Amino acid sequence: MKLSARLLCSALLLALAPFATQAQTLRVGLAEDPDVLDPSLARSFVGRVVFSALCDKLFDIDEKLAIQPQLATGYEWSADSKTLTLKLRQGVTFHDGEKFDAAAVKFNIERHKTMPGSNRRGELAPVASVDVVDTNTVKLNLAAPFSPLLAQLADRAGMMVSPKAAQAAGDKFGLKPVCSGPFKFVERVAQDRIVLERYPQYWNAAAIHFDKLVYTPIPDATVRLSNLKAGQLDFIERVASSDIAKLQSDKKLKTSRITEIGYQGITINIGKSEKAKQNPLGRDARVREAFELSLDRTGLAQVVMDKEATVGNQWVAPTNAYYAKNVPVPKRDIARAKQLLKEAGVPNPSFTLVAPTTSDAQRLALVVQAMTREAGFDVKIQAAEFATSLNMADKGDYEAYILAWSGRADPDGNLFSFHGCKQPLNYTGYCDAETDKLLNQSRELRDPAERKKVFDQIAARVMKERPVIYLYHRNWLWAYTARLSGVREIPDGLLRVTGLKLAS
Amino acid sequence: MFDFFIKRVATIVPTLVFVSMLIFGLQQLLPGDPAMILAGEDQDPTVVAYLRTKLHLDEPLPVRYAYWVGGVLRGDLGESVRSQEPVLHLVMQKLPVTVELALLAFVIALVIGIPAGVVSAVGRGTAWDYVANVFALWGISTPNFWLGILMIMLFSVQLGWLPASGYVSPFEELGANLAAMIMPAFVLGNAIAAVLMRHTRSAMLQVMSADYVRTARAKGLNERTVVLKHALRNALTPIITLGALELGTLLSGAVLTEQVFTIPGFGKLIVDSVFNRDYAVVQGVVLVTATAYIVLNLLADMAYFLVNPRLRS
Repeated sequence: MKLSARLLCSALLLALAPFATQAQTLRVGLAEDPDVLDPSLARSFVGRVVFSALCDKLFDIDEKLAIQPQLATGYEWSADSKTLTLKLRQGVTFHDGEKFDAAAVKFNIERHKTMPGSNRRGELAPVASVDVVDTNTVKLNLAAPFSPLLAQLADRAGMMVSPKAAQAAGDKFGLKPVCSGPFKFVERVAQDRIVLERYPQYWNAAAIHFDKLVYTPIPDATVRLSNLKAGQLDFIERVASSDIAKLQSDKKLKTSRITEIGYQGITINIGKSEKAKQNPLGRDARVREAFELSLDRTGLAQVVMDKEATVGNQWVAPTNAYYAKNVPVPKRDIARAKQLLKEAGVPNPSFTLVAPTTSDAQRLALVVQAMTREAGFDVKIQAAEFATSLNMADKGDYEAYILAWSGRADPDGNLFSFHGCKQPLNYTGYCDAETDKLLNQSRELRDPAERKKVFDQIAARVMKERPVIYLYHRNWLWAYTARLSGVREIPDGLLRVTGLKLAS
Repeated sequence: MFDFFIKRVATIVPTLVFVSMLIFGLQQLLPGDPAMILAGEDQDPTVVAYLRTKLHLDEPLPVRYAYWVGGVLRGDLGESVRSQEPVLHLVMQKLPVTVELALLAFVIALVIGIPAGVVSAVGRGTAWDYVANVFALWGISTPNFWLGILMIMLFSVQLGWLPASGYVSPFEELGANLAAMIMPAFVLGNAIAAVLMRHTRSAMLQVMSADYVRTARAKGLNERTVVLKHALRNALTPIITLGALELGTLLSGAVLTEQVFTIPGFGKLIVDSVFNRDYAVVQGVVLVTATAYIVLNLLADMAYFLVNPRLRS
């Protein structure tokens, strides 16, 4: 080929280069390998990170935990709050081309409720039946008013899968999920990668700027960060609190800190088993109050979480709209703690604190042990692997237990199962008829101000008994390349892919 | 030799049966209710009950064992309750990764360990011996995960020469595969090389003082032939035994190294499955690993016949 022709071709290629489509891949480092990718069966937090790109929900939440439309564009409660009518987005299809409509919603809700092993059954228990009004309207009929329902529909219980694919795959749907999110499933290699590719017919395709998403589980936080620094990842979740400060000075990286909707606390056996009566901490509320007063929550957040936590004393953070201001975070008061112990007749109570074998829990246990010694407490630490510790808690074979909860958007999700009589997560054995009545009442009310008043009353009752000593709310710590923009800091800790852009 | 081989092969089946009972039985000793762990943080009682039925947890131990063994004999190792993937599929996915990492690490160990041991023994008391011993001490003392993280910081983060983690199949892209495997293979192989070096040195020192070696020298053979053809060959027996054991250990999965380099091998799989009480996966992986150990030991025994002609009669 003559030189002039070659030069002309090269010039043409260079001129066209900016217009050539470059496939962009977003590489995300996860702290764990997700469990089954079936919204009905899924049970891990990290699975929800993948779902946020794979499976759209009826609703989503925003930075202020407000309900936002997604597959449902609007809703209306009936006067008696027992019927929720949903208006559905039109023109939405599943990844297999099937239409999303009211029949699909009915199918999904019923699947969530009836599939063997479904973890959504309890979340949708108040939904008695689903009626298809027309193609784009569906009615959820409730057995009793249940205001947390919208928050449930903004999570896995509201995720919609293709009915055709679900029926064909049966209980193996999770191996090749078919949803309606911005990305569709390509492949999964256990503990190695989950690969999704852009779904061109997504209803909000204009907001999606990647062709591919690759999730890589890397359990070790140091290794995860090294991968980000080496340029092998673009985004990592759950950065170690000890690393985040150093990243501030790295111009190539950005960080995010978001107060979680969950909490870290110490669960106390006050009535789960006979063991509760054998120990003064479980027997006497004054001893529990003394224990709480001997703690310096700010110090705990500083030492255990490198200040990457918000101090709190309830199931929601002090910044949450439903935080009960009538029960503020108590200041450390050793003198008062000693006085209470004297009144209770146990100046030096001794008990065992079960701590799961994670570094955070172990550090927390050691600091609590040291702090409470000043008031006269003799805390013995028992390290137990998580599965074992959970079993102990379930059987009531413990005195005190360090337990965290990932949290739910509606405060009911942090409250009902833990403090309702005989509820599945009520490891403390707390059971108060008036509290139960208030908990049920909070579920029936729709007005946030009315609900707040009820939550305030619940806080006053529960905090008096102190079955759980809430300590702090951890920060979700993210780190990502400075080239990534559009990162939304939503308190559920899940990365939203809509609007994300990666500069070249 | 043939009779020996047949007798050894005949012991494989009863050994595997015993191992399967041991794996199954020991798992039941793990504290905690697997149904509770697998039910997730919501602990829905209906889900817990469903899992207990699915896993036959309310049935007597021998009945549960029979369910599992019946499946194994039909080629069905069960299913991961956590991810719903068939255990056989998981094993087939992870086995090539673990085998490749094990073989690469083993080759590195042999290439470094045996020559270092020979040089150290032949140059006993010299600077070479000293250097080799320091290397051995360093190799044995250095924790794998620490060395791995340091190598990532240097070669991936600072220099950008090698990928920090991940695995690419050699059939997809051989160059990328080797680039991803060289650091983890070195980390693993380095520790084994140190052990091999010490054993090779010890075996060589013993053999080098034997009469036949003195005779070989007296006959005028050059030192290279004396060391490599006569001494090393006779020193190989204990090294083969050690090598087989080390290779077996590698095949069971190098948990920390796989964790640091995000290699999706057996090690990570089995640790996660134990913590999640995913019994079927643990049983399947341990059974495959035990089989690998048994076969490797058989191969090691056969290798003795190769190096020692006197055993053939």
